[in-house]
Amino acid sequence: MQTFLGLYNFWVVIVLMMIGFYIVIAHDNLVKKIIGLNIFQTAVFILYISAGKIQGGTAPILGEPGAVYSHPLPHVLILTAIVVGVATTALGLALIVRIHEAYGSNEEDDLLVLDRREDSP
Amino acid sequence: MTAQLPALQILLPMLASALCVLLRSPAGAWLCFTLATWASFAVSVLLVLATRSGAILSYEMGGWEPPFGIELRIDALNAFVLLIVSGMAAVMAPFARSSVLAEIEQTRVYLFYALVLLCLTGLLGISITGDAFNLFVFLEISSLSSYAIIAMGPNRRALLAAFQYLIMGTVGGTFILIGIGLMYMLTGTLNMADLAERLPAMADSRTEKAALGFIVVGASIKLALFPLHAWLPNAYAYAPSLVSALLAATATKVAAYVLIRFIYTVFLPERAFDGLMLSELMMALAAIAMIAGSVVAIFQHNVKLLLAWSSIAQIGYIVLGAALVTTAGLAATTLHLLNHAVAKGCLFLALGVIVWKTGGARLSDLAGLGRTLPWVGAAFVIGALSLIGVPFTGGFITKWYLLVAVAEQELWLLAGAVVLSSLLSIIYMGRVIETLYFRAPSQGTTRSEPVPVLMLTSVWLLALLNVAIGSYSEPFAAIARTAAGQLLGGTP
Amino acid sequence: MRQHTLLRVCTRMLVPLILIFALYVQFHGDYGPGGGFQAGVIFAAGIVLYALVFGVEAARRAVPATWLRILSAGGVLLFAGTGVVSMLAGHNFLDYDALAGDPVAGQHIGIILVEFGVGMTVTGVILSFFYVFAGRGRRD
Repeated sequence: MQTFLGLYNFWVVIVLMMIGFYIVIAHDNLVKKIIGLNIFQTAVFILYISAGKIQGGTAPILGEPGAVYSHPLPHVLILTAIVVGVATTALGLALIVRIHEAYGSNEEDDLLVLDRREDSP
Repeated sequence: MTAQLPALQILLPMLASALCVLLRSPAGAWLCFTLATWASFAVSVLLVLATRSGAILSYEMGGWEPPFGIELRIDALNAFVLLIVSGMAAVMAPFARSSVLAEIEQTRVYLFYALVLLCLTGLLGISITGDAFNLFVFLEISSLSSYAIIAMGPNRRALLAAFQYLIMGTVGGTFILIGIGLMYMLTGTLNMADLAERLPAMADSRTEKAALGFIVVGASIKLALFPLHAWLPNAYAYAPSLVSALLAATATKVAAYVLIRFIYTVFLPERAFDGLMLSELMMALAAIAMIAGSVVAIFQHNVKLLLAWSSIAQIGYIVLGAALVTTAGLAATTLHLLNHAVAKGCLFLALGVIVWKTGGARLSDLAGLGRTLPWVGAAFVIGALSLIGVPFTGGFITKWYLLVAVAEQELWLLAGAVVLSSLLSIIYMGRVIETLYFRAPSQGTTRSEPVPVLMLTSVWLLALLNVAIGSYSEPFAAIARTAAGQLLGGTP
Repeated sequence: MRQHTLLRVCTRMLVPLILIFALYVQFHGDYGPGGGFQAGVIFAAGIVLYALVFGVEAARRAVPATWLRILSAGGVLLFAGTGVVSMLAGHNFLDYDALAGDPVAGQHIGIILVEFGVGMTVTGVILSFFYVFAGRGRRD
């Protein structure tokens, strides 16, 4: 029981990660793939941030001496990873816009059919 | 100034990238790109000279001492990878001028150069840093900029190829991030040398094994190790010529470096390979990659795709050497990083000239060009010979080292796979060379002006480098042996 | 949005406040919570709000796309330039102790300059994202 409830943050991470991963693999729509990728990355953000949490800890701002505060380093690391995630999303969406302009669709199946038709004139 | 060299290695391309955006003129951006790559090549040569005897350079970013601050840490392997990345970029800079003008929209040329420089910053950063999280950040810098420059390819398929690479690459990068996070939870440190010291106390914990698993899978996606290679062929085939050449020569090499660095330096080989069958798994995948990649390459009609599939086979050689866990194997892998970069770079550049001339890279576009463009054809043949592994070319040296390393372990089946893959490469390269020299030229439209001298300079520099390494490989082999010794000695 | 007087008046009042708050977060970053990332995003959000209510064209007139390019590249140069200055002073890259005689003052100067560079780049890049996506598909 301890392993299930005591480590609930890891269960949240695993469930979110698998949801995201499933969307990336199973959906044909490119926008949905990007959303899945976002959920997948969010799971990792939670993995880091929950690792830095200390029970009863406050925000890590210099104040009264002896106060217990959460570990700030994972937050800083994840800020960087979030920025990377934003950049990835923006680039992915930009590519989708260009793909839609070039092919007239953003369903992966349609795109592959169009490419194949081009190969066999 | 010598003490500041490690920082300069990353700073030069980064500053040049920002300058390119401010300059905005295509010629200015090209000049900026050329000067930056040459300067960073000079820096990497100095770093190699400083570390080839086995010395380790350490640079404290911002003056914060490791493991608290970010450390740049350079040993023989790092310096060698830095030399490959910056050297390839420097050699390809003259080629870039005409090729980029022909393939990229005039108004976007400066952005293209800025992105290529950012990609180089990322690749150099991955190779030089001694901090695991910093490695992830540089990995994403190089990946994000490479998705963008691949998407700038002339065909609309470049967009879809870049998107598929983006999905796979982000999953790979995130896997590495998970692995680093798990290690951080175990030890509370991100410095690789410090991790290597603290992880043994956590031996046998399942978290450590999970971390290793995530990092190996993540790095294998970036490396395009079979069966995680699906993104590579289209990404290389539809990217602009310069990008195909540059990424084929550097990006997979750096990913291989990440894999080797984490397994050998951070996890230490005796624990990484113990009980997980990692060595056997990597050998099996490498053997499949070598043969499957070559077989698929035989059936390609687009020469860029053919070269991309051959890269997947070559990645097999690189991984095979690393999976042997012997000094000879690691030395062969390190040398093959260089030789494959030089051979593939030469082939992709020669093909880039042909694309510049005819506008296409299908086999039918190449027909008879060996006679009309004798210099380009000859350079392509030299690159092809090196890829096959004919004596007096770089490819022969590494295949020899690799076969000796495999024979040392008496793994005759693997030795057979190496030989079979080389025979298959004779078939697919032979097809291209036959088309180049013995087919009647096609009636397609070609540019009437002669091939620019700058383009030919780059192609021939690489072709001659193939022969030079093949004839006199001792300096590089010595560095490779030092690097292998350092990796197995456990000193990061 | 032309007929929504309430929205237009509120936005006119809010945008300057948002921009000032962004500058506060920016320059207070070396003493308290804050810094370039947050400030850059808040600053960009203020202009995005302006664009949503008054139209992208109006926003482009207020903050032209050329500025954004200069802002993004200039921020990187300011960041790296700070590091280069400390290298020229004989310290390591980004060692702020080199920037003033007193190390504490040096750290303050260094972090303000670097965070300002980060803020410039983040503002430039986030607004470029917005302009690029908002301007797409309107031309034809």
